[in-house]
Amino acid sequence: MKIGFKLFASLTDHLPSDRKGNRIELEVGEGTTISELIVRFNVPERSAHLVLVNGHFIPPAQRASRPLADGDELAIWPPIAGG
Amino acid sequence: MAWNRKLLRVNLTQGTCKEEPLNMEWANEYLGSRGLSAKYLVSEIDPKVDPLSPENKLIMATGPLTGTMASTGGRYTVTCKGPLTGAIACSNSGGFFGAEMKFAGWDMIIFEGKSPKPVYLFIENDKAELRDASHLWGTSCWHTEEQIKADHQDPLIRVSSIGKAGENQVLFAVVINDLHRAAGRSGVGAVMGSKNLKAVAIRGTKGVSGIKDFPAFLKATTDAKKVLADNAVTGQGLPKFGTQVLMNVINEIGALPTRNHRDVQFEDASKISAEAMHEKRPSDGKSHLVTNAACFGCTIACGRISQIDKNHFTVKNNPKYWGASGGLEYEAAWALGAANGVGDLEALQYANLLCNEQGMDPISFGATVGAAMELYEMGVLTKEQMGLDTPFGSAEALAKLAEMTANGEGFGKEIGEGSARMCARYGHPELSMSVKKQEFPAYDSRGIQGMGLAYATSNRGACHLRGYTVASEVLGIPVKTDPLVTEGKAELVKAFQDATAVFDAAGICVFTSFAWTLADVQPQLAAACGEEWTMEKLNAVGERIWNLERQFNNAAGFTSKDDNLPPRLLTEPAKTGPAKGLVNGLDKMLPEYYKVRGWTPDGVPTAETLARLGL
Repeated sequence: MKIGFKLFASLTDHLPSDRKGNRIELEVGEGTTISELIVRFNVPERSAHLVLVNGHFIPPAQRASRPLADGDELAIWPPIAGG
Repeated sequence: MAWNRKLLRVNLTQGTCKEEPLNMEWANEYLGSRGLSAKYLVSEIDPKVDPLSPENKLIMATGPLTGTMASTGGRYTVTCKGPLTGAIACSNSGGFFGAEMKFAGWDMIIFEGKSPKPVYLFIENDKAELRDASHLWGTSCWHTEEQIKADHQDPLIRVSSIGKAGENQVLFAVVINDLHRAAGRSGVGAVMGSKNLKAVAIRGTKGVSGIKDFPAFLKATTDAKKVLADNAVTGQGLPKFGTQVLMNVINEIGALPTRNHRDVQFEDASKISAEAMHEKRPSDGKSHLVTNAACFGCTIACGRISQIDKNHFTVKNNPKYWGASGGLEYEAAWALGAANGVGDLEALQYANLLCNEQGMDPISFGATVGAAMELYEMGVLTKEQMGLDTPFGSAEALAKLAEMTANGEGFGKEIGEGSARMCARYGHPELSMSVKKQEFPAYDSRGIQGMGLAYATSNRGACHLRGYTVASEVLGIPVKTDPLVTEGKAELVKAFQDATAVFDAAGICVFTSFAWTLADVQPQLAAACGEEWTMEKLNAVGERIWNLERQFNNAAGFTSKDDNLPPRLLTEPAKTGPAKGLVNGLDKMLPEYYKVRGWTPDGVPTAETLARLGL
């Protein structure tokens, strides 16, 4: 299945160097979890602070168990704020 | 005590400058800056006064931590009755001006009356005098600051001034200090302009004396700075990416108001984001962002210093704008960009530069342009009326309208009245995306429910800096709450509102609250001002300030009917994103909020609440 994978701010560098912008498309197997992708892209766990799937916040406790679905958009930020 | 215990009263009608002792009884109840200046304003003006008349007063005020070694202790506020809203206006700015006021020995300056001719106030420590500003009138904030420094042959003078927007009484004119820091909302610059007061220039060399317990203050401020440094947001995120890092976040959660709140997601958000500011431009190989910057005493340094593309159509023939300068911050980038459907980063920076140069609030300006673009697309406004084609997404229209508004030309004069007056004039008051006639900042309250309540009840009209529940609802600071529900938001909004009032009154930046709670601020204040400044007392001060501001607004004629949102947010569901199908549930939150506040169902503080707060 295909998902959209986005890393922002200081996590951008964990995306492949030939990326355009902050999003890549990934072909992943059924049952792939958020935590698996965080590990696969070498994102330090403590830096995966704000994790959204289709814009909805996923609490840390659900990241290892929640499987992604075809067409999901997974977006991850380190701790950030603004105003 | 960290106060100088001294204020300067400037009667512009008579041309006099007089020293007065600071009312320390009031300082004990309202702390300083936002709180104390509100107390003076409420005590000295008729709430029903015309904001642009000589009877309105304008107060510039520091807090007890302003000018000290407390991190971010450089803030000052400009307080008056606001011309955009008719409500109390209290706009807060960083930079270096506030600290300089403190170093010169003053806590506060109260301007009253109206000068018969343009003047500026010059302060050199104890000496204060009004000087002729006829050579400055009609010029920009940037020129005014440069000229005053040249006139006095002192590059270390700090200047707050108005540009042409303030002179022309654009209702969202700001007071600019240090070139690109602004007391930005509610039109405080127009009040300054109405008084023929062009600038305030200060040179202070006394430093801050009177810290109550200096060893304890040294320890408290050092400890608190470590908290900021160790926090991933204030220690790393904000300095590197600035506030604009929120652009992609807020777009992703479906709360980025787009095209006058028609949409909640902007297809070009990534082009105007913090990440885009770091990218190298194809045209010249340089990134938009040059460096970050800090205000006085700040150990966060979230400010952005950028350089516009010299080849961009907005500045190609205008080298004046080629240098590195302030911007873009998140709010400005949103208001000038997504709010109008404009995804051209360079055009946004050009409009932002004009806002800084001539002293306009980019939020209200950009949002008003968004409303004008909607009226244009509906055929209500025409090219003939506006002087140019103004469809959503037009960078050319944005740039031209910024020039016209800053210079008071053509349709720019109508933009300069803000969206509420403009939309009402053309028969569509519902299209003004505002509360109490002040335009929304960059969060759509269909996707962040608590912000709807925060906007509706903000004492200075729609504003994110009076109760920033985004911190909790989106960013998880201090705890994560669900942005799509209304439950629990009344308490959350009240907590943010009261705490923010204390940060503002202390003279520090509210951005510290991404890492600090009041428990981090309290030891600093107690060491600076005295041990009686306990947590209990600070909590009471915050709530007291909020209720004092509310009382002023009620006396000015506002009622619970004004604690409202535009119909679009209450009846037109979000079209996309997580909030798809949702409107804002203000009707569920507002009655609960009044209860939590100890107000009547009509939004009036009860006698019991007033007595509890000593009001």
